[in-house]
Amino acid sequence: MAETRSKAGRDPEALVLVGTMKGAFAFRSDTKRKKWKMDGPHFRGEAVYALLHDTRGGRARTYAATNSMHWGPTVRFSDDGGKTWSSGEGRSVRFSPDSGRAVAQIWQIAPGRVDNPEVLYCGVEPAALFESRDAGQTWEPNQGLLNHEHQPKWQPGGGGLCLHTIVLDPRDNLRMLIAISTGGVYRSDDGGKTWRARNAGVRAEFLPDKHPEFGQCVHKVVHHPARPERLFLQNHWGLYRSDDWGDTWRDIANGVPSDFGFAMEMHPHDPDTVYIVPLESDMFRCTPEAKLRVYRTTNAGSSWEPLERGLPQADAYETVLRDALSSDKFDSPGIYFGTRSGKLFGSADGGTNWTEIADGLPPVVCVKASATAAA
Amino acid sequence: MREGLRDGGGVITLELPKALCSDTGAQSSVVLDGLYGTVGDALDALGKRSPRALERIMDERGSVRRHVNVFVNGESIRFLDGLGTPAPEGSTILVLAAVSGG
Repeated sequence: MAETRSKAGRDPEALVLVGTMKGAFAFRSDTKRKKWKMDGPHFRGEAVYALLHDTRGGRARTYAATNSMHWGPTVRFSDDGGKTWSSGEGRSVRFSPDSGRAVAQIWQIAPGRVDNPEVLYCGVEPAALFESRDAGQTWEPNQGLLNHEHQPKWQPGGGGLCLHTIVLDPRDNLRMLIAISTGGVYRSDDGGKTWRARNAGVRAEFLPDKHPEFGQCVHKVVHHPARPERLFLQNHWGLYRSDDWGDTWRDIANGVPSDFGFAMEMHPHDPDTVYIVPLESDMFRCTPEAKLRVYRTTNAGSSWEPLERGLPQADAYETVLRDALSSDKFDSPGIYFGTRSGKLFGSADGGTNWTEIADGLPPVVCVKASATAAA
Repeated sequence: MREGLRDGGGVITLELPKALCSDTGAQSSVVLDGLYGTVGDALDALGKRSPRALERIMDERGSVRRHVNVFVNGESIRFLDGLGTPAPEGSTILVLAAVSGG
């Protein structure tokens, strides 16, 4: 994995990109991940809800979804580690003028498959999926989802009607899955032409019918590429697992203080290990008992254990949002999360021991970690 | 720096904030030579030259963004006829960020 030396013979570098309500920051460290160097803020004053460091195709390009209160949302990218940024030259992430819609927020930037390094996806608010086939220069909306018969009935959650999760099947180029809050999970098996709701077993506590075909408030879905058919889902109330690409879901909230939460992340090497940060409730979106605890399952949801060593265990009324939990790819994986109170925590041993990397940041909305060749 | 679009006819000057120009390719002062009946027409002309700049001023629906103000000769178009506000020859269209933030 990444701890082997790069082609250039240099040790890899840990890179943690942090998007906040007022700009983006980059934290870099060596393989030990004990001392960090901060760079930023980039995009001063702009909310950065999505970040991606993409090393496919021999390129090292960083993407950022920025949103200025004044000048609106856009995708920018940098090929020089954030020294300069471009917003591309073709059609940007925008609906057609006759659609009657306007992009309010870009919630996710996801890479396409490894063998297709020019392909990227964006999830936006109002819920729609955009695709780029030229590494972010031009973007087109996915028509199958845009014109889906369920689309008029999707409702915005607290953060807006957002498409926030994009999951690709590494084995089948025609299969992908997205999640919308609130719309639920949708899967395409034909390369994005058609989409089917895949929410059987996922509850919608806030609707009269608790098990509708669609309309669930799904907060995050993750999977491991070595076992792509098995999905884990953090719901607006509920933790779920599917072993059949979302055809059916079953509850796996076994031993968590609350099954409400936003963030969920996969262990980079173990398809049985998943991380979450439970919150008390939808009415009090703070860590239960004022203790900041990450929960980990190492048996695909049969049980969960609290990870608290090094994390504040008193008076910690923290909130971790859906994209603010991330792992790097080191053999001993780093796990990182940011809080709405502007703290960044990290663990270099898969979550057993934690340290505070930064405090005093603006409210953190996304964290994206990776191991990359040192600059 | 001034940038001209020479189509013949009158002259309208568009003044844009530097924050808008940094990565959109637009100049902070754009001179439009031609006939533009309204503010909307003049902004469309800007969009042909600097599409990214226009995207920052207006959304896909053709609306000026909520926290952006556009003035013609010192008067906000919000209190005139919006994008249909006349932009006579010699006028200056000023685009500014509104007083908002968080």
